[in-house]
Amino acid sequence: MTGPVLKHLSEVKLELGPAGDATAEGPWRHARDAQNVVWMVLDVPGNGTNTISREVLEGMDAQLDKIEADPPHGVVIRSAKPGGFAAGADISAFRDMVEPDVARSLLERGHAVLDRLEALDCPTVCVVHGHALGGGFELALACDRIIAVEGASFGFPEVRLGLHPGLGGTFRLPARIDPLEAMTLMLTGKTAHLAKAEGLGIVDAVTEERHVEAAIRAAIDGEIGTTRSSLSSRAMALSTARSFAARRMRQKTEEAAPQQHYPAPHALIDLWEAHGDDAKQMQAGEISSFAKLLASETSQNLVRVFFLQQELKQAGRGEDSIGHVHVVGAGAMGAEIAAWCAMKGKTVSLADPDTEALGKAVKSAARICKDQHLNALQTRNSLDRLIPDPAQYGVATADLVIEAGPEDADVKARIYAELEPRMKPTATLATNTSSLSLADLARTLKRPSRFAGLHFFNPVAKMQLIEVVSHADTFQTVTDQLMAFCGAIDRLPARVADYPGFLVNRALTPYLLEAIQLLEEGQQKEAIDRAAESFGMPVGPVELADQVGLDICIDVADSLRANLDTPMPDIPDWLREQVKEKGETGKKSGKGLYVWKDGVAQKDSAPAKPDDDLTDRLILPMLNACVECLRKDVAGTADQIDAAMIFATGFAPFRGGPLHYARTRGIDDVRHRLLDLAKDHGDRFRPDAGWQDFH
Amino acid sequence: MTGRTVYLVDGARTPFLKARGGPGPFTPVDLAVQCGRPLLLRQPFMRDAFDLVILGCVNVIADEMNPARVAALRLGLGEAMVAFTVQINCGSGMQSIDTAYRYIRDGSHDLILAGGAEALSHAPLVLRQDAVEWYAGLARSKGALATASHMTGIRPDFFKPVIGLERGLTDPITDLNMGQTAEVLAHRFNITREQADSYAVESHHRLARAQQEGWLDGEITAAIDRDGKFYDRDDGVRPDSDMADLAKLDPVFEKPYGKVTAGNASQITDGASWVILASEDAVEKHGLSPLARIVDSEWAALDPSIMGLGPVLCATAITRRQNLSCADIDLWELNEAFAAQVLACLAAWEDDDFSTQLLGLDAAFGRIERDRLNVDGGAISLGHPVGTSGNRIVLHLANAMKRRGVRRGIATECIGGGQGGAMLLEALI
Repeated sequence: MTGPVLKHLSEVKLELGPAGDATAEGPWRHARDAQNVVWMVLDVPGNGTNTISREVLEGMDAQLDKIEADPPHGVVIRSAKPGGFAAGADISAFRDMVEPDVARSLLERGHAVLDRLEALDCPTVCVVHGHALGGGFELALACDRIIAVEGASFGFPEVRLGLHPGLGGTFRLPARIDPLEAMTLMLTGKTAHLAKAEGLGIVDAVTEERHVEAAIRAAIDGEIGTTRSSLSSRAMALSTARSFAARRMRQKTEEAAPQQHYPAPHALIDLWEAHGDDAKQMQAGEISSFAKLLASETSQNLVRVFFLQQELKQAGRGEDSIGHVHVVGAGAMGAEIAAWCAMKGKTVSLADPDTEALGKAVKSAARICKDQHLNALQTRNSLDRLIPDPAQYGVATADLVIEAGPEDADVKARIYAELEPRMKPTATLATNTSSLSLADLARTLKRPSRFAGLHFFNPVAKMQLIEVVSHADTFQTVTDQLMAFCGAIDRLPARVADYPGFLVNRALTPYLLEAIQLLEEGQQKEAIDRAAESFGMPVGPVELADQVGLDICIDVADSLRANLDTPMPDIPDWLREQVKEKGETGKKSGKGLYVWKDGVAQKDSAPAKPDDDLTDRLILPMLNACVECLRKDVAGTADQIDAAMIFATGFAPFRGGPLHYARTRGIDDVRHRLLDLAKDHGDRFRPDAGWQDFH
Repeated sequence: MTGRTVYLVDGARTPFLKARGGPGPFTPVDLAVQCGRPLLLRQPFMRDAFDLVILGCVNVIADEMNPARVAALRLGLGEAMVAFTVQINCGSGMQSIDTAYRYIRDGSHDLILAGGAEALSHAPLVLRQDAVEWYAGLARSKGALATASHMTGIRPDFFKPVIGLERGLTDPITDLNMGQTAEVLAHRFNITREQADSYAVESHHRLARAQQEGWLDGEITAAIDRDGKFYDRDDGVRPDSDMADLAKLDPVFEKPYGKVTAGNASQITDGASWVILASEDAVEKHGLSPLARIVDSEWAALDPSIMGLGPVLCATAITRRQNLSCADIDLWELNEAFAAQVLACLAAWEDDDFSTQLLGLDAAFGRIERDRLNVDGGAISLGHPVGTSGNRIVLHLANAMKRRGVRRGIATECIGGGQGGAMLLEALI
């Protein structure tokens, strides 16, 4: 709650000891208190979040000189940022560290500082509130004791950037907790929230901010103990035990992140298997492996993706002034959209004449809360905010109405005719259509200027992107508001034009249709999926078509064929019949191109070696469509297209996006390959005119 | 009665869900949230426009102390919303309305959300008092020897909990169960088993008809549990109920000769109900269209062993004060705690001696025909979540008056412990 009284009392003030008033020296403030304890407070200027940069480590090094010269009774390290301890390394600096020798020498200097901190004779205590990630976590690990304030969390997200920990994490975490748990944390990049971190033994004490000083005193006086040596850590000192464990790790890691595309976790396993019993060797290995990975294309591309994501996030900043969202249609998408918005704090009324669908929507919302690890209170509050509304009461007071009805222009027109007169004049009407033209849908509206597209992807909880679509009459303020709305519900917005399929479906559909064409030619569906997955797609096109829903795929494909000059493969009659007559629409109905059990497609084994020809036939039409979208200004820039494809479809992130991939592979090479494919398989592969101007 | 005009603007309740052994899907606050959400959703004003929330609830569960405040916060009425819970046993849901009515009438408040919530299926199992003391002693005993010696004091019946609900429905002064008080009235007013059963059959038929005709649409808003199950109607109704079936039931409270059976008594159910009360100012400010005006209210008390006559005392006090006769009241909601108890009230009103000696009237109050009493069924067919019923009968009275286009109505209930509550509504003409 954020009422006036609590606001007046303001944020809980962080306990910073005498360092609170000390003069800043670069990113640090230092002071000694009356008990001869040195407080080192990290407060990186010009940013709401601390990152561990070269300046931070050098500043600490300078302070360690003084501490060694005049040893104190203890040392406390914490952050002055209300938001948290430290988010990790300064990722923008990674771009300047591509030269391995430069990287290595920087890393060695950083390691030396943390080694010095660790070697101090006096007790050292790190107090963590909020996130301690990557380099921030590694700084904490170099201290004798870690005190966590409620809400703290710890993690090594480096693998997501194609790296592994590089500032001592690879040997200090396995020394502190069960080495197998430590490896899991580093290999998955998952964040350990406080309860988990406490269970693992990462933290030595948990307290509230109001008791931080007392906890620090207790830690310095040796009253907070620690258990470091576990059975597992003794066992993992044996190389045979490590080899055995490493084999299993490799197998699991290969499934989630194949070595060919994601070398970092595999390098970490190798390192640990070889040197897991020797911190010094592990340290040397970590430094050289990290420097090598930093220069890899995978890492450079993943860092690129990180910044693309930051840009989309930035585009979603701002005040949306939307408290109440009314969602019309409790089908699979409407239900998920409603659940997600409610979970993110909006009041949501969900309307559908089918009460069974409303019931299912509440049930699926409860499941999403569970999947998102919400606690009992958060789940209750989320479900309280999701109001099934069979009588459509919510229309009249909603700030935003999202229509997620059937993909039929006449049905939608009828829905709008009912909604619009009841809506507040200032409310925005958004459609989640994936195949219909906004300009056409706007024709029957009284207030077309307050009408736009808000195109979510399935599943909403996993796919971060939302396409914000405007037509010719949409007010800029309306799209601005929708961009901010996407930010408010923690999704990434992309502004796109009212083009057939918008951006993502325009680019994705040829990929899906080509897969169906390949089925027609007699290819095994598992082999088709394998060809795309080996390229790095998270799921193959056949499985994806089932996930999206074959009915929706057909709608989108028909709409594209009707509205674009570009030739598209035909949808075979058997598929239309399967969907129309038998209702076999894919995952949601339990059967589509695959049979689905418990949300998993039942697959036969596929040939181990994917067919390169298949891969190009699937991937290149997607690239071709992206170039067309760039030429037609469907999205602003090539980077935005790359970002949208990655966050809406999971397009192989380590390749940096479809257009980045085209550049990396060679634009001429891609064009020639398209020409060859056009010769062999038909005009649909003809390179788009936009390739001429694409660099 | 002087003061400002008070309007009943709108209201909604959950379907009443029969307790079927084991806790139902909703706690009292869950129920209040389930029907409160759609009710608030259809209002033209912001949710923080209320001045106050009052909720009647008898069996408050440990996780929801002051359920009014918990419900107000869960309904998103804002942290600044003052909310309190009231309890006068079976009249709690009406007490919330009455309190709100008086606050608005006296000018201190303009817009109040008043409700009732009860989940009888969640009534706790209670440990016997001597078991509680034994547990406390165990916790205090220090050392293995003392503990072991304390353990020898254990008795098997410590583990046999008392059903809290059963104790709750027993009057502690007379040690009579509520059903027994109905037996007392049946005896005093010569109500036969057949009359009681016949009344009960009619209650079921009336509710079934109201459901079929859609007369409860809008008054009932559907509840949905976390498993996606949709509840949209009172599920205790037995449309095919008949005399032969009811005749087969044994008496439950006074075996083997009693007249009160499970079939002619109200059902044990879960349910919640809210109404919105507003001043003239609030009606104008928010552009509301009220259902009815609250004209008067009254509470009365008498010996707990004949608590079922409570309605006679308080309702008549209102008609006297307002100079109204029996014929002036077009519609009655008299909560159906027990068929025999409702019939006893009617009999008392028709009785010259009773009316002249106890009600201060010159002659019998008069006959309240069945066509203006509980016209859409009552607690016998749809259940009696004790803290909610008083709220429901006021809300339903307002809706039924509007549907039938009649002028005046009284909602009244008997209250365990020997009380009664009544409220007079007038249509807006």
